[in-house]
Amino acid sequence: MSQPASLTFLAHHEFRLAWRDWWSMLTAGRPHRIRVVALALVAFALFVHLVAFSIVGKFAEIEPNADRSTLVVITGCAVLAWSLMMSQAMESVTRAFYARSDLDLILSSPVVSRRVFAVRIAAIAASTVLMAVLLAAPFINILVWRGGPRWFSTYGVVIAVGALAAALAVALTVALFRTIGPKRTRLAAQIVAAVVGATFVIGLQIAAIISYGTLSYFTILKSDLLASLVPAVESVVWWPARAVLGDTTALAAVLCVSTLLLAAAIALFSARFGDHAVAAAGVSDSGVMQRRWRNGFRRVSPRAALRRKEWTLLRRDPWLASQTLMQLLYLLPPGLLLWRTFGSHSDDLVLLVPVLVMAAGQLAGGLAWLAISGEDAPDLVATAPIPASWIVRAKIEAVTGSVALVFAPFIAAMALASPRDALIAASGIVVSAASATLIQLWFRIQARRKHFRRRQTSSRVATFAEAFSSISWAGTFGLAAAGHWEAGITALIALGILIGARALAPKKA
Amino acid sequence: MNQHHPVAALEIRALTKRFDRPAVDGLDLTVRTGEFYCLLGPNGAGKTTTLRMVAGLLAPDQGAISVFGIDALADPVEAKRIMAWVSDEPMIYDKLTPTEYLEFVAGLWGIEPKLAEARSNELIGWLGLTPHANERCEGFSKGMRQKVALAGALVHEPRLIILDEPLTGLDAGSARQVKTVLRERVAAGGTVIMTTHILEVAERMADRIGVIASGRLIAQGTLDELRIKAGKGHSSLEDTFLTLVAEQVEAA
Repeated sequence: MSQPASLTFLAHHEFRLAWRDWWSMLTAGRPHRIRVVALALVAFALFVHLVAFSIVGKFAEIEPNADRSTLVVITGCAVLAWSLMMSQAMESVTRAFYARSDLDLILSSPVVSRRVFAVRIAAIAASTVLMAVLLAAPFINILVWRGGPRWFSTYGVVIAVGALAAALAVALTVALFRTIGPKRTRLAAQIVAAVVGATFVIGLQIAAIISYGTLSYFTILKSDLLASLVPAVESVVWWPARAVLGDTTALAAVLCVSTLLLAAAIALFSARFGDHAVAAAGVSDSGVMQRRWRNGFRRVSPRAALRRKEWTLLRRDPWLASQTLMQLLYLLPPGLLLWRTFGSHSDDLVLLVPVLVMAAGQLAGGLAWLAISGEDAPDLVATAPIPASWIVRAKIEAVTGSVALVFAPFIAAMALASPRDALIAASGIVVSAASATLIQLWFRIQARRKHFRRRQTSSRVATFAEAFSSISWAGTFGLAAAGHWEAGITALIALGILIGARALAPKKA
Repeated sequence: MNQHHPVAALEIRALTKRFDRPAVDGLDLTVRTGEFYCLLGPNGAGKTTTLRMVAGLLAPDQGAISVFGIDALADPVEAKRIMAWVSDEPMIYDKLTPTEYLEFVAGLWGIEPKLAEARSNELIGWLGLTPHANERCEGFSKGMRQKVALAGALVHEPRLIILDEPLTGLDAGSARQVKTVLRERVAAGGTVIMTTHILEVAERMADRIGVIASGRLIAQGTLDELRIKAGKGHSSLEDTFLTLVAEQVEAA
């Protein structure tokens, strides 16, 4: 048996908590459904392997001595994975500072806080790596199956990239803490995390639009221009890519460097973590004065009062706003494409339709959760003298109003260039947003708005249904804009997803 | 006729609610207009479930609920118009100020803006929240949050206020302010129904006390009437309450 407060004791504690968190996420809080969960996981694994086969199957034969262009593409994919892992790790580190669930107990115990936080940083790195390995596994397995065991080295690169992301996330968050203080770090770190996760993809897309007039970031990765700018194939810059292709020396080097950096981050920052956590605890209760822009109460209907409340709360919660607006970051490239092709009557406008439809579904899903499930005073609105249907309708109006506000400029600009495409895009936005809202309505639960981050864990079915309905509607209206009859098939798939979600939704008492 | 038998503020008949086991089991309860009624009972007795059904937050399996003669199950909106609910865990919006919260509540109840504003200012002053009136609630202590929730319950001048453990976690000063506000409300003709585990509060404030156990009303009356029923001449409410509950447990 391990000694209390030893590293193994603390690691065991962290592992147990992490495992239960994962298990609860997988089973959506119903642990007795092990068989259903296992079957669903097997089905999902098969599905993602099929998807992976269609994407990377043809790349399995790439030779270990690849040319510069191939190395650029592999490195680009690794940087993309790194940026996403970094984003996830930064969010975990921020949570470790500000979540008070067990910090009071730990910090008031006689355990050396350095030891506690060393284990906690290692746990963050481990969960980041594990998540990345799980996501990458289908692609790597397909490469191994089609191209041989040399592709197993890709697992090592994923682990190295995850460790590097965790180390940098810790360093960056601690640096933010020290430079802008605990009060601002909470929000800043979350915004930085989201921006880091999106910047690489968006940056490549913008470069692709400017250079080649397309949304595909692979175009820029595969371009001759980029190939001419990057270092020669012998450069150490390509070692991670070489490691992916099965170069064991490069793999060992990449793993060594990332492990050393993670160990250094743990050694350097674990002692300061405790101080920062204490400092973070001191900022959560500070009051914020709210300036009143007008005198007197306004005459409003109950519905208008509810709508205004939703908008006010969203506006005033910078974190919620940033999380929601982050989805809009992905609209920057299509916006740029629209601006560049404006007036040219180019077919590129057709490309915008699925992007806008997809974004509308995602935005509406997030907002609908906030408005419908994320109610901080459910008893108050439930005891108000208004029919329950009014409450729901007002909340839906708040969601649709926000979505309309965001997408109206895009549709207006499109309408000037191509009224037909604008009409199709507008229809898609309405249908996609309505579908996401309906799914949130069917799967609504009572939750606090601050639990927005965990909304995906409350119902796996709702999460997948929302994502797949947005994708299907994006496909439907994209194909319709391009004049393909297959739009009818994807529309039927989308409707099937909605019918299935409705059937699986919990019955309301 | 009504002068001799005024309409009861709350009338509950054969109210039943089952979860895994019966939480409320054929409960009959009448609260008179203008009285301060305390509902006592051990943990899990069914107090909160009963009051949540009255407030329209939970649907009963069986039974009838009437609020000032309005059938609360058939016409919940009309019943809610004259009722207010305050739970033990103050649920307010962190990102709104007390003034904005009260404006929102007034909007939900459709109160005339000028009237609502005057009442809000009065309540905010009354509850000692004036220095924080334009401060977001996110930094408030539990006592302050409970006061904001109470102000929200009073801003639409309900005829019946239902409070579930409103004094839990409040400091002495805040608890006194809340009690004073409730007493003044009753003095002004309002009706208050409150659950509490603080028996001294029930002893000092309630006109009548109901004791509930296993989802049933086992005793009801003034403190003296309860003492007689429990066979405890001059005992405290605590002794009386424990005797009544023990008798019920033995009988069960």
